[in-house]
Amino acid sequence: MDKLLNWVDARFPLSASYKAHLSEYFAPKNFNFWYFFGSLALLVLVIQIVSGIFLTMHYKPDAALAFASVEYIMRDVDYGWLVRYIHSTGASMFFVVVYLHMFRAMIYGSYRQPRELIWIFGVLIYLVLMAEAFMGYLLPWGQMSYWGAQVIINLFAAVPFIGEDLSIWIRGDYVVGDATLNRFFALHVIALPLVLLGLVAAHLVALHEVGSNNPDGVEIKKLKDEQGKPLDGIPFHPYYTVKDILGGVVFLMVFAAIVFFAPEMGGYFLEYNNFIPADPLKTPEHIVPVWYFTPYYAILRAVPPILGSQFPGVALMGVAVLIFFLLPWLDKSPVKSIRYRGPKFKIALTLFVIAFIGLGILGILPATELYTWISRVLSVVYFAFFLLMPWYTKNDTVKPVPERVTK
Amino acid sequence: MKKLLFLFLALPTAVWAAGPGVPLDRAPVNPRDQESLQRGASVFVNYCLSCHAASYMRYNRMQDFGLSEALIKENLLFAADKPGETMQVAMRAKDAKEWFGVPPPDLSVITRSRGADWVYTYLRGFYRDNGRPMGWNNRVFDNVGMPHVLHDLQGQMVPVHRVEKSADGVEHKVLDRLELARPGSMTLAEYDALVGDLVNYLAWMGEPAKSERMHLGVAVLLFLGLFYVVAFYLKKEYWKDVH
Repeated sequence: MDKLLNWVDARFPLSASYKAHLSEYFAPKNFNFWYFFGSLALLVLVIQIVSGIFLTMHYKPDAALAFASVEYIMRDVDYGWLVRYIHSTGASMFFVVVYLHMFRAMIYGSYRQPRELIWIFGVLIYLVLMAEAFMGYLLPWGQMSYWGAQVIINLFAAVPFIGEDLSIWIRGDYVVGDATLNRFFALHVIALPLVLLGLVAAHLVALHEVGSNNPDGVEIKKLKDEQGKPLDGIPFHPYYTVKDILGGVVFLMVFAAIVFFAPEMGGYFLEYNNFIPADPLKTPEHIVPVWYFTPYYAILRAVPPILGSQFPGVALMGVAVLIFFLLPWLDKSPVKSIRYRGPKFKIALTLFVIAFIGLGILGILPATELYTWISRVLSVVYFAFFLLMPWYTKNDTVKPVPERVTK
Repeated sequence: MKKLLFLFLALPTAVWAAGPGVPLDRAPVNPRDQESLQRGASVFVNYCLSCHAASYMRYNRMQDFGLSEALIKENLLFAADKPGETMQVAMRAKDAKEWFGVPPPDLSVITRSRGADWVYTYLRGFYRDNGRPMGWNNRVFDNVGMPHVLHDLQGQMVPVHRVEKSADGVEHKVLDRLELARPGSMTLAEYDALVGDLVNYLAWMGEPAKSERMHLGVAVLLFLGLFYVVAFYLKKEYWKDVH
């Protein structure tokens, strides 16, 4: 066995990689609940890839056959219903996990120097994930798939001058049709997953280069023992592998409960209208994007058209997502973790969470006059969180940060 | 296209206002009641399947609720030759459109889009309306194209209106309830039970794997529960030397 390992190690850094990323990758010992969501995101990614491969074996990316092929999977393919529900539940749970993972970074300042690139890779993953989810949602070819895609692609038509051509270029047709379905399938099963995997690898390499942050926001590499190991660090394997297995099991229990007992999740994971085949001649009464896009949808609807153009709303929606990139440079606080930050940041973050969830709910509700005004107020709060951040983080009263991590 | 986008963004407001005001009755859906499913399947094949297809549903899947293949072949196979075939209709979509205004929708997953309660209320909500081409209207689906196929069973219902004042003081005539004008071959209670069986069958057909899903779910959660115990003690054992 040793001989074989030596043979491999002379040709490929197997033992060295194992040490660098697992057995001698030192992670802070004080990770709490919030630190489960990184490994859970990886778990969901694997679930989505594996279930997706099996769906691809039976699914037909053809406007005339797509809807029927999904029902074929649900009825005639052995355990096809299971694979399909796993994939549809996985799509929503991916966003649950990623939103909580991003929130963790925000409360403990994980995006701060020297981890800006980890954060940037992470936001890129989030963007690609949105595209991946949007394109995957067209594939069942139900009414919501069809009209959701129609509305979102039409957003690009609002871009001045080139918009109209741009939207036709995306669709490959004047309306969403077979050409659109085919290209979305290609992008969903090949192009975007490849990009996603590359970004995840970059995210992890960057993380393991600088080391993990922790709930105290102190750098464990500053204090090392005589062998050069961080005093507050423990090897990722076996400590965090066994801990993440535990987190993974709990997560899978929630996941299984949804897959087996509430796969539609009250119409939020699988929308009722999507059990009607796509009909280009019949617009559904109420077009709503899937829940994970609704905060941005609410921002879009909150902006009134200016000079008859919807572009300001579309642009603001885009900025709402892209502004996350700037977080490492907007935050001027001398401390990272919320544990040592002052009241200004805590209030700002609380308001941001209320605004994000509130916009998410408003994006599902009809745009009445009252709701539109609430959306406008919450949109202002959303952007104020970012734009005022340099001011309220610099002038906050912070507590002294300890040398070492606390319990 | 820009106009279309604008329309979508404004649309939800307009539509919500016109939302359905009819309270729905609760459909007696019970996938464990095999006899109800069998009765419902028979009603479906005899009455619905002449116009509505269920093109994702195979006849032999009805073995799931206790029918033998021979029995299916003998009693339920009108529009197909082999029990492995899907439930198609002979009627051409073009003819159907001419006769009813819209082609009758496929019913394979109708309870998943409309909900079982809606279908249950709808099938009991037909009433006489001579202003309509087929002479029928519906309480939950105004100006529906479908005639009351089951009227010889239920009989003929007529609407009873009441006057309601809206907030701005204008008086409206609104549909209050339906009354039996000419009895059919069944009592209303018998008819409700028949529709209940039919909707139970439709709900089953929307997702035939549902009961298997529930069963497997219990087993999977039990396994994960055991796995949790193992994982919990494994973690505890490793972490006891971390201070």
